[in-house]
Amino acid sequence: MTIDSRFLPRPDAGALLHMTLDGAPITARAGDTLAAAILAASGDASRHSTMGTPRTAYCMMGVCFDCLIEVDGQPNTQACMVAARDGMVLARQNGARGLRKLSSTPAQSNADG
Amino acid sequence: MVLRSSEITIIGGGIVGLSTALGLLQAGLRVTVLNGADGDFRASQGNFGLIWLQGKGADFAPYAAWTREAVARWPEFARALQELSGVDLALQQSGGFEFFTDPDEFTAFAQSLAQQQAHLGPRFSHEMIDGDTLRRLHPEIGPEVVGASFCPLDGHVNPLRLLTALQRAFVTLGGEIRTGAQVVEIAQAQGGGFDLRLKDGTHLGAPRAVLCAGLGSSTLAAQLGFATRVSPQRGELLITEKLGPRLGFLSSTIRQVDEGGLQIGGTKANVGPDDRETLSEINALARHAVTVLPALADVRVVRAWGALRVMTPDGYPVYARSPQHPGAYLVTCHSGVTLASLHASLLADWIEDSAAAPDLEAFDDHRFALSAAA
Repeated sequence: MTIDSRFLPRPDAGALLHMTLDGAPITARAGDTLAAAILAASGDASRHSTMGTPRTAYCMMGVCFDCLIEVDGQPNTQACMVAARDGMVLARQNGARGLRKLSSTPAQSNADG
Repeated sequence: MVLRSSEITIIGGGIVGLSTALGLLQAGLRVTVLNGADGDFRASQGNFGLIWLQGKGADFAPYAAWTREAVARWPEFARALQELSGVDLALQQSGGFEFFTDPDEFTAFAQSLAQQQAHLGPRFSHEMIDGDTLRRLHPEIGPEVVGASFCPLDGHVNPLRLLTALQRAFVTLGGEIRTGAQVVEIAQAQGGGFDLRLKDGTHLGAPRAVLCAGLGSSTLAAQLGFATRVSPQRGELLITEKLGPRLGFLSSTIRQVDEGGLQIGGTKANVGPDDRETLSEINALARHAVTVLPALADVRVVRAWGALRVMTPDGYPVYARSPQHPGAYLVTCHSGVTLASLHASLLADWIEDSAAAPDLEAFDDHRFALSAAA
């Protein structure tokens, strides 16, 4: 199911910015936060919590951490606290973040778990 | 005012006090726990949650043996406590590492563990692992780690849930916890027992009293004629954001809590009654963690805090009966989590002086009286 956004574009919209969310193109206006852009694109969940429940942006002011998303490879980024920029690569998170693979590291730590 | 028919009163509602209280309750006594105020220094609410054997008592065989017994009793203690309380303690005893970046410290610790091995014989085992061997087992370990010790008996638990579980189990079995009950003075009552004066001015009677008040113990210990004076040692700790992959190991300074975050700790500072965290120590902890596990470099720290360890002058526990005031006991130690399994079992036998009582002479308070007189 896809939930349509309930948000309308601002009348004084700035320049159009192009980003991707899980590979799909989304747009934002200059001055938008990533959370605003994500909500404008869709009301769907933008992540699943470590308990597996769906979440998306809620407080829009850096308090609730429900808008966490991966931004240009950096997981657990608060989407409501980051301004959109052209070319950003966003990814929804499912569960807790992983550990970065190091080039000198032949195996992931979870291989030992 | 006399407290409702309690036979023994525990002064202190932390992990040590509640473990001791639970053991006495299960031995058939009516027990009251007097818990202090929210603002008190509470090691039970700030600690690292290790159930740790390696290195303990390398220079003092009775402590090595006592800790070994505590570790052995933890699985059954946890099982029973979980059943009583309904709280999952997240106990894991699958072995633990101590990581070293300084070759001299690695060599010195190897000597300590050899001594501990000599004390405990077949009841202990450990390995010293050089850095390259370690990285073949755990390729995620950083190149600056020169070696590690490993003890298969070490483990950890969720310490906040341990505290909650002890509270619930104690109350479920009919124990009484009085909160906001700060004892400021203890004296022998006329006609036997003790008169406890609380901060709010009220008095409570106690036929017998066990002092388990952590850093709040020193003043009351003096009033009961004990020589032990405990002092605070600050440790600082970090919690990272939750991680999906499970860390393949436990160490004395880095552990993954069951919810997924990493807890990083191990600093030591003798700075008096000050539990504030410092940027310099937080920085040192973060550097240590990234040295051991370079993949942590971009992982965020979400909380940091300081907490005060309860240290006796020699670092070993004190289990003492007051010679001047029969019926008064002092129980204090640094490793309240590790030793909880004994405090909830054998310690009750010792307080009751039953046939099963362990010999705790080595931990008596008079060792400090002698050193003070010397």
